[in-house]
Amino acid sequence: MKWATAKALLFAVLASPLGVLAYDVYREVLMPGTVFGADPGEEIVRHMGEWAIRLLMATLAVSPASRLFKRPQWVRFRRMFGLFAFAYAVLHFIGYLGMLAGFDFGAVVDDFAKRPYITVGIAALVMLVPLAATSTRGWQRRLRRNWRRLHRLAYVIGVLACIHLWWLSKAGFGEAVLYTAILILLLGERIARMRVRIAAEAR
Amino acid sequence: MHVRVRAKSDPKPSEITGERVYRSRREFMALAASSVALGGINALALTEDWLEARGFADGPAFKGQDPGEEITPFQYASSYNNFYEFGTDKGDPAQYAGEMTVDPWSVEVTGEVAKPGRIAIEDLLAGVDLEERIYRLRCVEAWSMVIPWIGFPVKRLLDRFEPTDSAKYVEFTTLHRPEEMRGQRSFFSSIDWPYVEGLRLDEAYHPLAIFAVGMYGKVLPNQNGAPLRLVLPWKYGFKSIKSIVGIRLMRRQPRTTWNVMAPDEYGFYANVNPNVDHPRWSQKTERRLPSSFFSPNRIDTMMFNGYAEEVASLYAGMNLLRKY
Repeated sequence: MKWATAKALLFAVLASPLGVLAYDVYREVLMPGTVFGADPGEEIVRHMGEWAIRLLMATLAVSPASRLFKRPQWVRFRRMFGLFAFAYAVLHFIGYLGMLAGFDFGAVVDDFAKRPYITVGIAALVMLVPLAATSTRGWQRRLRRNWRRLHRLAYVIGVLACIHLWWLSKAGFGEAVLYTAILILLLGERIARMRVRIAAEAR
Repeated sequence: MHVRVRAKSDPKPSEITGERVYRSRREFMALAASSVALGGINALALTEDWLEARGFADGPAFKGQDPGEEITPFQYASSYNNFYEFGTDKGDPAQYAGEMTVDPWSVEVTGEVAKPGRIAIEDLLAGVDLEERIYRLRCVEAWSMVIPWIGFPVKRLLDRFEPTDSAKYVEFTTLHRPEEMRGQRSFFSSIDWPYVEGLRLDEAYHPLAIFAVGMYGKVLPNQNGAPLRLVLPWKYGFKSIKSIVGIRLMRRQPRTTWNVMAPDEYGFYANVNPNVDHPRWSQKTERRLPSSFFSPNRIDTMMFNGYAEEVASLYAGMNLLRKY
């Protein structure tokens, strides 16, 4: 498969949840109460959040997977995973602002100060901004070694996203456990590789 | 006032033949005859026919109703539920509560009562007059609905078992039947089943506190706590325990599920109070459901959920910032 085709295909796959959502919203507006339940805003915000954390984990998994399956070209897809994770996180946040907080910025400030899960969620989103902004090849060249250092923030964001999930769960911790386990696996792989490299450099 | 003052000349609710009954008597007789012909069904079970035959008095008007405060459509009240016995998603109970068998059903009353015992739900309801009560339901998660329940005062049931003088609290227990309640089988749930709730006895005896067996003119759907649940409109929703199988009168305060799990988040009293924030969210406002894409439908939360006039005296002299 050609690179451009593969990229277009991946774009379509990653954008498909948005397409489905747009169609659902369209049907709901035509016939209220048929697609979403009593709280469509909450449902959409949660849905966007789920895709954000899924794609965040996928982004972190791209390079270990490419090594595992010996497909170094896969790394070229990483930017798209990352940018989609960012896009879903932004939609998650905008949805919260509009559909849950009702654009009442007093309520948002109150939430930011009083609800720790929202504090860490916003912190994670803020950290995603520089990563998305410097995701281009131009920035990669300009920042050189610092680009890698900067983009290690993705792991910190992953940790914050998991904390966000733990803190907003009341009693069903299945999802929080799942994503935390994935993150531990990814972080573990990274640390193991670092130790091998340090050992090699020391020799 | 919620408590209707009745003139002596007014007929008692029990004396009024409900319109539904009146209208449906012919159909009901025909149906009863046919079911007997088919070998007989349990005529006492809590079915729609049973409710039609029993009838219920119109409740007092919804107190303090604003023009904009409408009854939440049945469709939403029966599809957006917290009933962790069936899963933690709001849609899980509607999807899976059908797996719960509610017939036969019995309730066991124990503890500080002169007449303890187990009683079948049909016998338990035999002598009580049902009435409709339209109440706000405010969830601790900061959303709310307005629901027309069908039920009867808690006092009416407890009195039959004759609580002794030493009874100061009452504990309620939900059915524990993992084979029919998938949430109770879930490995990732941190809840110690069965679900337990409790009240001070004077709270339970308050005229606003009811046991519900129906809503919207129908028997309760399983996801809403069939066949018997509490409804305590001035408290957060989790106090209004569903699918009750156990009632225990106690000398001391019962250990209630959420309060034991996270005492800083869920108080024993759990009275709706906009001035006491939940540690993870503000309680100043609530979203009245259904909301829409275009509006979260946010409204101010009222002290005791708007029932302060009736219930505030229960808590006179208590520091509600500490006893939340």
